[in-house]
Amino acid sequence: MRFLTLGGVPLWRDARVLRAAAQIISVLIVVIVAVFVINNVLDAAEKRGFSLGFGFLEEEAGFIISESVIEYGAADTFQSAFLAGVLNTLKIALLGIILATGLGVIVGVARISSNWLVRTVAGVYVETFRNIPLLIQLFFWYFGVFLLLPPVRESIQWPGPVFLNARGFFAVWGSASSSFSTWIWFVLAGVILALAVRVAAGQVQSRFGRATHPNLSALAVLVILPIIGWFLMAESPLVRDVPELGRFNFEGGLRLSPEFAAFLLGLVIYTASFIAEIVRAGILSVQKGQLEAARALGLNELQTMQSVAFPQAMRVIVPPLISQFLNLTKNSSLGILIAYPDLYFVSRTMINQAGRAVPIFLMIMGAYLLMSLTFAVIGNIYNRRVRYVDR
Amino acid sequence: MKRKYWLLFASLFGLMALAAVACGGDDATQAPATQVAAATAVPAAAGQAPATQVPAVQAADPTAEPAMVAQEGSRLDLVQDRGTLICAGRTDLAGFGFLNADGDNAGFDVDLCRAVAAAVIGDGNAMELIPITASERGPTIQAGEVDLLSRNVTWTSTRDAQWGNYTTTMFYDGQGFMVPTATGITTALDLDGATVCVTSGTTTELNLADFFRQHGMALETVVFEDTASVYSAYESGRCDATTSDKSQLAAIRSGFADPAAHGILPETISKEPLTPVVAHGDDQWFDVVKTVMSVLINAEELGVTAANVDAMQSSDNVVIRRMLGAEGEFGQSDLGLSATFAVDVIKAVGNYGEIYNRYMGPNGEAFTLPRGQNELWNNGGLIYSPPLR
Repeated sequence: MRFLTLGGVPLWRDARVLRAAAQIISVLIVVIVAVFVINNVLDAAEKRGFSLGFGFLEEEAGFIISESVIEYGAADTFQSAFLAGVLNTLKIALLGIILATGLGVIVGVARISSNWLVRTVAGVYVETFRNIPLLIQLFFWYFGVFLLLPPVRESIQWPGPVFLNARGFFAVWGSASSSFSTWIWFVLAGVILALAVRVAAGQVQSRFGRATHPNLSALAVLVILPIIGWFLMAESPLVRDVPELGRFNFEGGLRLSPEFAAFLLGLVIYTASFIAEIVRAGILSVQKGQLEAARALGLNELQTMQSVAFPQAMRVIVPPLISQFLNLTKNSSLGILIAYPDLYFVSRTMINQAGRAVPIFLMIMGAYLLMSLTFAVIGNIYNRRVRYVDR
Repeated sequence: MKRKYWLLFASLFGLMALAAVACGGDDATQAPATQVAAATAVPAAAGQAPATQVPAVQAADPTAEPAMVAQEGSRLDLVQDRGTLICAGRTDLAGFGFLNADGDNAGFDVDLCRAVAAAVIGDGNAMELIPITASERGPTIQAGEVDLLSRNVTWTSTRDAQWGNYTTTMFYDGQGFMVPTATGITTALDLDGATVCVTSGTTTELNLADFFRQHGMALETVVFEDTASVYSAYESGRCDATTSDKSQLAAIRSGFADPAAHGILPETISKEPLTPVVAHGDDQWFDVVKTVMSVLINAEELGVTAANVDAMQSSDNVVIRRMLGAEGEFGQSDLGLSATFAVDVIKAVGNYGEIYNRYMGPNGEAFTLPRGQNELWNNGGLIYSPPLR
């Protein structure tokens, strides 16, 4: 038995060997399961005559997508159809994340407000929307609210050329004129300068303890530079684009389809109710002494929130917040039920029209995985910046 | 942080590997050793495969690959052993597949399933209907999850190549448009710039795009996965028009609050031969279903109805006696069917004309639609079947 020992300890009781063996066994199990799954797919696909190639992506799609960020028509390829779906998903996910965060923070802060009415309204909001399945909320918003708006010719008109009807929301919008491409440089310069001002002012503030209002100054730069540019242009860079009632529908101007509007509203209201709870928990996790100390220093409510409570709360808020962003992104696959042509919906149509279920499902999974991982990585980088650093 | 990136790359790599393996499908299947090892390792997972597959047993024996095809057995045996026919259909379209006043599955498409069930099992009710959406039709029949797909499926060459075998066209239809009469639109060419509601994953969706492209007209669509949603959106004014097979439009209009407020435009923009489908790879089953369809059509041609089928067994006409199994043979035994299966079929659902009239005739349960192209061939229509002999 001597050959089975290592430094006097039998192999089966040597912690190092056992640990290595456990690792090897787990890897083996994973590999075997993966091989089985892949083989099963290939086997079944072959037996049933599913084609596995991706060549069809170059073929003409032939179907229409009701709304798309890029130019897409029935004569375009399956590839462009898929891309249109991906961009629609990104559009709803990004807008949804921004709006849900904004709403969630407001409601979260309102939840711990000292005002009874504000606190109660926020509480009712959270408990209602957090506890009704998203799918049902989406049906409600789409079929129960947006589609029940009056028909086109009886549109609700808000002051100014803003219309609301069963075809969606129409508003006056700016369309680019010839000087737009020059003006956009002023906007860009404004953004860059604003960032620079924010950093510089922040450093001055922390070094000399003088209130320089970094955020406010940055905002001012961001707004003022494009305005200066606007007046320097010979022709105004944006022309008023007013929605006009055409033969069937309003044409021109900004237009939000009821599908998009209902979907965005549903996702934002649902996700914000979770974010509100996360924000509330984060703020409550800040030690009372910190807030009392801030007040003792003479900071007002807003300053206390902004400079003392929030920075510390962020450490607690950010990790679960990233999960909510991912949830929202993945929930965007429910668009299929209210006719919003997101990635999943477009892919389903592709499966049907091209008959290539296996490759398209791989593409769907790949696209969602990539999107979620990207959000997760960005979130994690931010998390690293705000998390507590031991000094 | 490093760890996070590592995870990201690992997942990406795994995904790419999966895609790569999927592309090189041929190589992978030529390695039976791995396949066998994998299959033996996790035999329980074989349960995921639908009934037609027998993967668990073959694993132990590397030479089992060819045997498996034989083992797969015929669909006919499978259905007869099971004692029910599993049919993919629908429950949401008046006339074709709906729930009648008693809550039973009824409709033209459903009766075709019943006819097949009566032929192979002897009981028209020995049928289980699985309601599916339009875009589930292809994958469902491709995978052989059901014995028969009878859910107003248009026969196209691509679908024939990919989905399964198309049996006999039982309903000739064409795509049209429905608009609210208040709009004053009288022809589809007036629809330039209109918004049209349509079901996803249909030939309708493609024909719609083609028609507007051909005529250089602007088109906006709202596409729904679920047929019921299409029409509720249309009714609430989300769209200027809706499009589908004309029979379906007639069916839907009959269910609207005010059917007279909606008109079907005269243009027929496509050919829609609606045909029941079976999975690829079982010739016998394909022939069985085709023959049952032939019986329905021939029975109408010969004047055999559910009411007179018993008397007709002793008819003077040898063609009728042959069809009903009273004399001779028209291939029943080769197909594995009983000699008198036609009697069971006609007793269960009647002949073609009886099925049509039950739902869409002058006193139809669902609505009234003139037979038009769906008259028998000798009556000016397209319904024709090979002789039974």
